[in-house]
Amino acid sequence: MPTLTDSGVTSPAPSEAPKARARRPLRGNPTANFWLFTGPFMIGLAIFVYLPIGWSLWLSFFDARFTVTPSEFIGFDNYRYMLTDDGFTGSLVTFTVFAAFIVPTTWALALGLALMVNRLRFMRAFFRSVFFLPTAVSYVAASLIWKMSIFSGVRFGLMNTVLGWFGVDGIAWLAGPEPPWYWLVIVTVRLWLQAGFFMILFLAALQNIPQELYEAAAIDGAKPGWQTFRYITLPQLRATSTAVVLLLLVQAYQAFDEFYNLLSRTTWGRPPLVELYETALGENQDYGAGSAGAMILTLLICVVTLLQGRFMGFGRGEEAK
Amino acid sequence: MTTTAPGTRKSRTPRRVRRGGVMGSAGLYAATSVAAVLFLVPFYLIVRNALSTDADITGAEWQFFPTDIQWGNVTEPFSDSTVDFARSLWNSAVVGVLHTLGTLLVASLAGYGLARIPYRHADKVFYAVLGTLMVPTAVTFVPSFVLVSSLGWVDTYRGLIIPGLFSGFTCFLFRQYFLGFPKELEEAARVDGLGYWGAYWRVVVPNSLNFFAAIATITFISGWNAFLWPLVIGQDPSAWTIQVALSSYMTNQTVNFHLMFMATAISILPLVFVFLFLQRWLVQGIAQTGIKG
Repeated sequence: MPTLTDSGVTSPAPSEAPKARARRPLRGNPTANFWLFTGPFMIGLAIFVYLPIGWSLWLSFFDARFTVTPSEFIGFDNYRYMLTDDGFTGSLVTFTVFAAFIVPTTWALALGLALMVNRLRFMRAFFRSVFFLPTAVSYVAASLIWKMSIFSGVRFGLMNTVLGWFGVDGIAWLAGPEPPWYWLVIVTVRLWLQAGFFMILFLAALQNIPQELYEAAAIDGAKPGWQTFRYITLPQLRATSTAVVLLLLVQAYQAFDEFYNLLSRTTWGRPPLVELYETALGENQDYGAGSAGAMILTLLICVVTLLQGRFMGFGRGEEAK
Repeated sequence: MTTTAPGTRKSRTPRRVRRGGVMGSAGLYAATSVAAVLFLVPFYLIVRNALSTDADITGAEWQFFPTDIQWGNVTEPFSDSTVDFARSLWNSAVVGVLHTLGTLLVASLAGYGLARIPYRHADKVFYAVLGTLMVPTAVTFVPSFVLVSSLGWVDTYRGLIIPGLFSGFTCFLFRQYFLGFPKELEEAARVDGLGYWGAYWRVVVPNSLNFFAAIATITFISGWNAFLWPLVIGQDPSAWTIQVALSSYMTNQTVNFHLMFMATAISILPLVFVFLFLQRWLVQGIAQTGIKG
């Protein structure tokens, strides 16, 4: 059974073959044309991506408060400051907790929705659209709905109203770090926004599973439902699942909008980017320490993206298509 | 049964093996409907709150629908003195459109050059693009702000738009797409005596409009919904985008429920239209490209 699966999925596309055949290029000098096409983009990349990173690396070794022109060289002091700062290390803890909540829940919900939608025989497009629609909404707008209406701590918030119907007292969802109700708010808002997007990815993957596998399994006596899901669907979705998990992880790392808007100006529940924002653009405007923090975060995320590249084939050129 | 090329199966959704029967089917539709209702609750709240009076919203009993629909609320964000809502909408429209056009232009040209123009060091240039994929732009907002502020671009359209144009990921997607572009079409352009530039605009782009539409939709949505960079750049309210304006409602001294929900509704409306009319391209685009993101 597994060999059948493998040969069916990994057999190379036949279009690779004619690559070796020599062909005459279009009229004109290729080198000049290459730079005509890529020049604008590469110049922009150099100025707006590479230059800032380099400058920031430079700044991170200097004392630079309220100014972006460094004054005094202080070596690794900014790094030492950030790594021993409770706020910064706390933000890494916050990210870890957040990832532990959001990655499995989004994965499971997106897959569940995809499985349901995939089995529908009519109104499939309608339900797909409904689950996909939240992707259009911004994190700011969603945060506003969550903070001001659904999880509003006052009596007329939706959740507190529903609790009231069951005779339960209202909860101040976002008022403080203890009890940590705010996690429910933070996680559900992102879940609602993201699930539809990843459902689309799972749907595409589900429709690429060869139907013969299910037929063969049925002949072999596999019961529809859990058995086929566990031994056929799930293994066939492995590549997509891995990609989804890594994407979710990288996106959770960059969470800013909903934390900033739901927990505005609190000292608790800050993920890395909010912490960085407060350091560099808050009251102290400490660009040196902020730059050091950015460098640390970049290093950390490079590890994850390198891993992601491994799994998803960045840089493997032609075969990645 | 063993060696059908994988591509041939993709075209049509295979019929499912029937299972369950009427009861199972009813259960499936019931579960899907419950999930759909839950997903629609936030939209319901926007509409309800936007068209209610604050008295209805804050009343002791939950009002499922406004007792008296307040159509007059529609114009209120535009005449509110605390936030220049119209200005922020305009800023978002300008930034969204220019961001999309600019990104599409530079990234598609570069993607084509990298994919199709034979140049000895093309692989090294490509690695320089790939290198930026390692570092998500959100993490580098401090360095970028440092640069943009020393250029004096804070509170300007330039500052809002230009630093975001050079997306390594979009360039990567275009390159991957052009690698699969049919060589025969370029061949025809060559026979017609066209150079690279002419072939690109007369043959390649007109035959790639579906892909351009998919990338444009995704780029526009992310541009319209962006918050962190506009927040950093828009120090003065006159340079706020719609997202920064919405965010400011939440921290205002006086809470005006129907006003902030009406503003939210108006901010979402253009994207809901984009979704309803361009969903085909969007879904295609995500299915093709999202997995590589």
